[in-house]
Amino acid sequence: MNIHEYQAKALFEKFGVPAPKGATAKSAAEFDTALASLPEGAIMVKSQIHAGGRGKGTFTDGFKGGVKFCPTKAEAKEKAGKMLGNTLVTIQTGPAGRKVQTIYFTQASDIKKEYYLAILLDRASSRPVIVASTEGGVEIEKVAHDTPEKLHKVFVDPAYGLADFQVRELVFKLGFAGAEAKNASKLIRNLYTMYWETDAAMVEVNPLITTPAGEVLALDAKVSFDDNALFRHPEIVALRDLNEEDPKEIEASKASLSYIALDGNIACLVNGAGLAMSTMDIIKHFGGSPANFLDVGGGASKEQVVAAFKIILGDPNVKGIFVNIFGGIMDCNVIALGIVEAVKEVGLKLPLVVRLEGNNVLAGKATLAGSGLALVSGDTMADAAQKIVKLVA
Amino acid sequence: MSILITPETKILVQGITGAFGAKHAQLSLDYGTRVVAGVTPGKGGQFFEHQGAKVPIFDTVIEAAKATGATVSVIFVPPPFAADAILECVDARLDLAVAITEGIPIKDMVRVKRAMQGSPTRLVGPNCPGIVTPGTGKDSNGGCRIGIAPGYIHKKGHVGVVSRSGTLTYEAVFQLTTKGIGQSTSVGIGGDPVNGTSHLDVIKLFNADPDTHAIILIGEIGGNAEVEAARWIKANCKKPVAGFIAGATAPAGRRMGHAGAIVGGAEDTAAAKIAVFQECGIEVAATPSDMADALLRAAKARGVTLS
Repeated sequence: MNIHEYQAKALFEKFGVPAPKGATAKSAAEFDTALASLPEGAIMVKSQIHAGGRGKGTFTDGFKGGVKFCPTKAEAKEKAGKMLGNTLVTIQTGPAGRKVQTIYFTQASDIKKEYYLAILLDRASSRPVIVASTEGGVEIEKVAHDTPEKLHKVFVDPAYGLADFQVRELVFKLGFAGAEAKNASKLIRNLYTMYWETDAAMVEVNPLITTPAGEVLALDAKVSFDDNALFRHPEIVALRDLNEEDPKEIEASKASLSYIALDGNIACLVNGAGLAMSTMDIIKHFGGSPANFLDVGGGASKEQVVAAFKIILGDPNVKGIFVNIFGGIMDCNVIALGIVEAVKEVGLKLPLVVRLEGNNVLAGKATLAGSGLALVSGDTMADAAQKIVKLVA
Repeated sequence: MSILITPETKILVQGITGAFGAKHAQLSLDYGTRVVAGVTPGKGGQFFEHQGAKVPIFDTVIEAAKATGATVSVIFVPPPFAADAILECVDARLDLAVAITEGIPIKDMVRVKRAMQGSPTRLVGPNCPGIVTPGTGKDSNGGCRIGIAPGYIHKKGHVGVVSRSGTLTYEAVFQLTTKGIGQSTSVGIGGDPVNGTSHLDVIKLFNADPDTHAIILIGEIGGNAEVEAARWIKANCKKPVAGFIAGATAPAGRRMGHAGAIVGGAEDTAAAKIAVFQECGIEVAATPSDMADALLRAAKARGVTLS
């Protein structure tokens, strides 16, 4: 689960991670109050959406930049008015962009130097890793590729936790000294505590900055959480912003379906994540384009199949449907009956190819054949994929 | 032989009285698997009965293991309690714990994995379909089925199958069986980013098993476990290996059902992993329908006959 920058900054404050003072506004009427709560001087105006690349983004009305430096509060108010309610397109949003529903004003900081700091899971060692670099404010993938020696990693032993010597080593490698070193150490330690205690999946500060006054501040904040751990963090669940999620994906999660919208035109309905991914792949392999990832789970019920059909058909781009079920334990005939009922209920007009395999498959195929529905059967995944690609072309 | 489990292996089921655990305990008993104990705290002394079988239930894993000689546990415990259930197996010094549970917090698994360092217990999973070593009876009955895989699609033989995904494993096994090619053992290692046994761990076991003559390695986007396994295969494994990677069309940064199936960078895409497979002499299946055929091509190239 992702959260907004302003929500992440509030968590930072709670855990003692210093950041510039900020205030939010969800309507133009709130601009004055928000700005009044900040010290006089230059202000950063920041569009709040769950996507990176905001600064270099462009609004659909042509206004450039979702993050702006403004020398005065008056200018900040004016720029905020252009962003709020407008749709921002960045490299991560796709062409449709995201509507900006919250503006975050922060005190603009004097920047002495920019750094990069992140904490995430290192899969290879199954341990948390702190990644830091003196190259802040840029794409970290580029730093990793071009100058890997400038990327420092600290692996944390989950049994002991982050050790003081590890923090010291990192701080010295980053070239901090004096008051800066002390402030940076405290920030890193507190950020790690936050990562660990909130079950975060990733915490990224890019850039982390030093100021001429010796402060070390988190200028930006990107935080996401482990979905599996949300059950023990109601305070994090409360931060979820449904405006940032695809309505079809929200519908799917209510029906315990795993659904991800894509931009193709062949919808898929599959049981099992691995099979669902490879169903998308095989559609592409034979020249088609998948409209979604949809895993109905290992033990799909008839109700889930019906819900899945409704979600799929809610996508106007869909021109055909590919149902691919390997019924290992469950009876294929039960699935076939579910498909027939779902199709009747939703009144399907699009081509439908069904590939059914596994337990009691002959009865399942007979049910489909005798249903009077205009569906096409596929024998193997490859056979079925070729059929749906042809029907949609 | 086989790896990890044999038809003689005695297993206990943690969470045997839950709906999911009970259903699969029944299916394992039907398959002929030696399910000798159940564990549900508070229900010790009761019995799990199914078609004449009377499986004693214990309050703790250590009691169950001592009383019945079970060496392997299969875990169907809900996510908030699953990490604890795994550690209970470690404490009882079982040979193997197979965690089927999906949705265990990553932090819990990070701590469990650290706590298991140096312990004799192996963990397979979590979020996995389990392990099957087929038997010699009708529809491979009489084998050892641990977890949720359909037993009947297997056939006793000499191909080792390792995969993260359940249904994709079944797909591979079913293709093999349909062609008359049997399996030594099929292992689902699970779709989570932190798991107990890696692709490489299983590949090493298959390589050392004289009864496994060829291997199907199924992976997906995210992490570098498949790459690590492929490089080891290139250097150490003389057996024919076919591979498949799911997720070529997955958009970057999105989790595709499995918690671990997410493209994080250029190295963990399907294309990158497939390139490493090819470089390491693994015969790549172009589509999931091609997995058994890919293995036949790999076997032919090495002069190995499969049946």
